[in-house]
Amino acid sequence: MRTVEHADRGPLTREELARLVAADIPHGSYVNLGIGQPTTVADYLDPAADITLHTENGMLGMGPTAQGADRDPDLINAGKIPVTELPGASYFHHADSFAMMRGGHIDVCVLGAFQVSQDGDLANWHTGEADAIPSVGGAMDLATGARNVFVMMSLFTKKGEPKLVPACTYPLTGRRCVTRLFTDYGVFLPGPDGVRVRETYGITFADLADRLAVPLLALVPTG
Amino acid sequence: MRPVVFRDADEAVADIPDGATILVGGFGTAGQPQELIDALRRHGARDLTIVSNNAGNGDTGLAALLAAGQVRRIVCSFPRQTDSWVFDRLYRAGEIELELVPQGTLAERIRAAGAGIGAFYCPTGVGTMLAEGKEVRTINGRDYVLEYPLHGDFALIKALHADVAGNLVYRKTARNFGPVMATAAACTIVQVASVGDLGTIDPEEVVTPGIYVDRVVPIEPAEPGVAA
Repeated sequence: MRTVEHADRGPLTREELARLVAADIPHGSYVNLGIGQPTTVADYLDPAADITLHTENGMLGMGPTAQGADRDPDLINAGKIPVTELPGASYFHHADSFAMMRGGHIDVCVLGAFQVSQDGDLANWHTGEADAIPSVGGAMDLATGARNVFVMMSLFTKKGEPKLVPACTYPLTGRRCVTRLFTDYGVFLPGPDGVRVRETYGITFADLADRLAVPLLALVPTG
Repeated sequence: MRPVVFRDADEAVADIPDGATILVGGFGTAGQPQELIDALRRHGARDLTIVSNNAGNGDTGLAALLAAGQVRRIVCSFPRQTDSWVFDRLYRAGEIELELVPQGTLAERIRAAGAGIGAFYCPTGVGTMLAEGKEVRTINGRDYVLEYPLHGDFALIKALHADVAGNLVYRKTARNFGPVMATAAACTIVQVASVGDLGTIDPEEVVTPGIYVDRVVPIEPAEPGVAA
């Protein structure tokens, strides 16, 4: 594999990003999609990929958002949105649900982030501001327990500051847990010796290296 | 001891004393035992510690108990929601204490209490501010945080159906914390949509065996077709 530059186009839209994440999830996986933007990945999963969605409030085999008369207050997702059940679904209690995470049974989780560090630390639960009401939910459990932690986020804040950083300044959710980072400008693989760039969108590798303060490594073909 | 069926929610919670620690089921409003919480509010016990995933929604149920000033401390994973204005106001005014626990650690601490476990090493939260001050131990090259069980004096939970032996079945994702909380309290009080005779639940389908249940309160569902 080598770094692929898509510099002759703009950065990915949110829909394109969700589609890219969906296409990267291996067939047959058990997957937990976090609240917010990660939830939209479900819209782009290939039905033939045989992916089973887990929701931490106690269900495997979650179906699409419920509409109209199908809305049932006893059947919700982690974002407390009414959902549906697919054939083969199962319900279980909260301790079992999180044992599935910590025990390494969830293949992939997809989370949003405030910041990701070059060696894969994740900050996504708390701004650290004095008047913020801290709420962690299942973020730390997912970051620690899922076998692969995918993060999707914009690469820069609205002020243009990078969110892929040498070290997180926001409170951490988990240490060295992010295995794959999907952003509008590129896909990154954090690691102890630097961040590998799998592909870029709307920018060249060289320009990306200029705009980020982390060491970027190009993928080189092997074998 | 075999469970007692109460016909009245107020009677079922009448002996909850001031200062009690109460495990309250539910994830948002799904599985929240709203009528038992309302009864607790009318009963008026104060200085309570509440263990629950959230810190109340809107102005009813757990939120109303908080608004009545009966809760001194809450142990939960996700207090801040779009409709958590009651908790938000109390927290910002310094009128309620918060112990924030990762959701899976919350569930496992409750499970440990019900299973007689003294403490356990958990990987969640290592290196974060929620592990500050806690013992960390490296086991087979991985770091874990020492976590202690969370016992309740009482548990208030909701299930779909009970038999008179206290065996419970739940409904969909309203199950959530109910089965673990039922095991972890000195007195577990369950509100159900219906109570049946022995034999009305297939033993293969029992989720919570009656040994964990002390009081059962049948409460008619508020809306036709929707579990109470």
